[in-house]
Amino acid sequence: MSETDIQTAVNDARRELVSFRVGEQEYCVDIMSVREIRGWTPATALPQSPSYVVGVINLRGAVLPIIDLNRRLSGVPVQASARNVIIVTHIGHRLVGLLVDAVSDILTVADDLIQPTPDVACDTVKSFVRGVIAMDGRMISLISLDRILPDVEAEAA
Amino acid sequence: VDPLEQIKITFFQECQELMADLETGLLTLQAGEGDSETINAVFRAVHSVKGGAGAFGLEDLVRFAHVFETTLDEMRTGRLAADDVVVKTMLRAADMLADHVAAAQGNGAADVERSEGLVADLVALTQETPAPLPAPVAVPDFEPATGADEFGFTPMQVSIEAPLEGFDFTPPAAAGWRVRFAPKASMYAKANDVTPLLRELERLGPCAVQLDTDALPAFDAMDAEGAYAAWTVELASDCAREAIAEVFEFVDGDCDLSIEPMAGASAAPEPELDIEAMLALARKPGPAVPEGQVQALIDQIVPAAPVSLEAPPPRVQVAAAVTAAPTTATAAATQSTIRVDLERVDRLIDLVGELVINQAMLAQRVAESGVPRSSHVMVGLDDLEQLTREIQDSVMAIRAQPVKSVFQRMPRLVREIASMTGKEVRLVTEGEGTEVDKTVIERLTDPITHMIRNAIDHGLETPERRLEAGKPAEGVVRLAALHRSGRIVIEVGDDGRGIDRPRVRQIAIDKGLIDADLVLTDEEVDNLLFLPGFSTASTVSDISGRGVGMDVVKRSIQSLGGRISITSVPGKGSTFTMSLPLTLAVLDGMVVSVGDQTLVAPLTSIIETLQPKPADVRTLGPTSRVIAVRDAYVPLLDIGAVLGWRGECPNPSQGVCLLVESEGGGRAALLVDAIQGQRQVVIKSLEANYQQVAGIAAATILGDGRVALILDVDAAVALRNSRPTRDEAPPLALAS
Repeated sequence: MSETDIQTAVNDARRELVSFRVGEQEYCVDIMSVREIRGWTPATALPQSPSYVVGVINLRGAVLPIIDLNRRLSGVPVQASARNVIIVTHIGHRLVGLLVDAVSDILTVADDLIQPTPDVACDTVKSFVRGVIAMDGRMISLISLDRILPDVEAEAA
Repeated sequence: VDPLEQIKITFFQECQELMADLETGLLTLQAGEGDSETINAVFRAVHSVKGGAGAFGLEDLVRFAHVFETTLDEMRTGRLAADDVVVKTMLRAADMLADHVAAAQGNGAADVERSEGLVADLVALTQETPAPLPAPVAVPDFEPATGADEFGFTPMQVSIEAPLEGFDFTPPAAAGWRVRFAPKASMYAKANDVTPLLRELERLGPCAVQLDTDALPAFDAMDAEGAYAAWTVELASDCAREAIAEVFEFVDGDCDLSIEPMAGASAAPEPELDIEAMLALARKPGPAVPEGQVQALIDQIVPAAPVSLEAPPPRVQVAAAVTAAPTTATAAATQSTIRVDLERVDRLIDLVGELVINQAMLAQRVAESGVPRSSHVMVGLDDLEQLTREIQDSVMAIRAQPVKSVFQRMPRLVREIASMTGKEVRLVTEGEGTEVDKTVIERLTDPITHMIRNAIDHGLETPERRLEAGKPAEGVVRLAALHRSGRIVIEVGDDGRGIDRPRVRQIAIDKGLIDADLVLTDEEVDNLLFLPGFSTASTVSDISGRGVGMDVVKRSIQSLGGRISITSVPGKGSTFTMSLPLTLAVLDGMVVSVGDQTLVAPLTSIIETLQPKPADVRTLGPTSRVIAVRDAYVPLLDIGAVLGWRGECPNPSQGVCLLVESEGGGRAALLVDAIQGQRQVVIKSLEANYQQVAGIAAATILGDGRVALILDVDAAVALRNSRPTRDEAPPLALAS
């Protein structure tokens, strides 16, 4: 997605974002894509899966895959414990749990405060970060969830 | 969604049912078991298809259905005998009609040539001088009649239409009755209907019905519940006046009735003119009413019943209701079913599945808390368990459907293949009412189709050969369904030549599938048919020689958790038997532990379990291991290592082996740490929120609330060659 596309896509009004901490960094996603936030429960490991797929858990009868967001975004695995949280999000028609360190805030941000992603030579950043927000001296990256799952990525390619 | 589109969808759904009724009726007639009610049912089916099609302007369909209906009507009035030739033509016409319906639905195009040919055949049956093709009958003019039928005029239609079609309509004989019948509003208020009365009248003899709309007021002056229409029926019958009066016995006082003997040969009045007049009248808005208001009224009516403008006004309200369920009263009485979106049922099944899991979790927690077995809480929990099981069974029963829906597609297939191969075939079906889960039903069609094709193409001999062999020229293909020990068994048998075992063996050797000097039992030879790339037909035919053989059938059945077997007696025929689980929503599994994970292995794939002795385990090559099972060496696979959860287990004798049979009949021993027990588990899709995982068929949720994976035995065995561990998973290419 080019910068102009981002501009047109996010041009209207204000939006609400859920921000959370993963490792040393802060990220946020659109609140509309978040279905619920729940505590960590041990996951059942999936064979033949990328390392950032922690496994699957039971979400009231549905099988929910859990993505270790830190490992996905920075390659460093989270030692999951009861302190971690799972953000259950909609990605397309799927439900996916994101394993994060903590949910920090709900932000209301005007679209013009979302700056284009600085041009860094990092594929991960290019793939996931749609823009950055500067707030109280913190930098929060707005991430796109479309490519979080391995197969969705394959479809996009 | 566009309401008209919605109605159209409903129409096509009903078409499916009507086509099924049609075929069932014709087959009953063919078997010589039909009566006049069967013929009526067949007629009604075609008629309803035509009626609906007319409303949607599906001209090709209407045209064909019309010819078909005309011929059926000849049969209904007894002018055409329902003999074998006639019924066979009608069966072909029914197939064609189904094609037309499919074409109208946008599924391919109907074969015009074949359609025209059948039209000619149908017309020829009535032995009239070839009636002018109904094409000239302009559909818009045609619709009113069709529309009127929507309100139950079915039996009357013929008389109105017959003159239009150029039929030799015999005018009522001199000795007849003219019945004038004008219902009052009170008759409709008492839920009486004109249709049954007219139908009763028709039983007395041929009727010519004329609708009298003189009393019809302008549109704006109409009372929705008023009665404005009157009928004049010319009954060509020498019955007693009392017989006619008896018909109207129940509406006595609620209608104006006059019964007069007819003098001389009065030909039936030209109904066309009356309809035209009525149309004009109905279409003409009252002068005082603003255009917009009429349009609004029309708009109100049109989506529900596009033709109700032409209907007699007193019936407008009824009309809407009838259109919502446009089956005739007779059909409505026999069915007490509702149409429910499958998604809602699935949602309910999901919820009940969750309830079962939750109940199990609750029971486990309470048991752990040390509450005594005899306490009220435990007794209550036991009741709850009983109840949840019952709910689960009932909910699963909602999805259960008789296999009839699959079986009834087969007669057509048999006819087509029989005519292609020049063989005479009779299909016998048994156990059509056997119920099985909808998900299974949907996936039964292909294997059954293939097996029937095979039975006719390869199993049955040509009529000449059969006669030589002292068998009747007509071969029999038997399709049966039955329940056996919690599974559904489907059998497809023929009384043909049976499997030519020496030839099968020779072909397998020629194709390099087996070694020439291999000694095989009869059963083993039969099973060669299931090997990929095997085809016995010497000429590759259009029917079963498309390169997909019985191996495809076997694989699709196995993917449903089923098995297939053959029995064959040379000269007497062969029978293919497949056994399938009743549902794909639950599975009987063996719950096993592998490392710190819990896995479920489908019970159907497990032959036996065994405790490996250290002496039985041998190493073959650098890492591969085999285990001796009664003198045969079977590859030993450590499931934990295959799935990448841990390294190869150094000491197999500490675990337990599951001896499984995989696709193609190969055996393997899967090493697990321990067996926890057998359990019925609810299958949960992994694809819904994630994606397919190699070696894993699906997931389930166990009593402790955790997700357990269900092993895909075939895929797991196939994985043994490539065994990447989790961290060696291929790096993901980040597409830009």
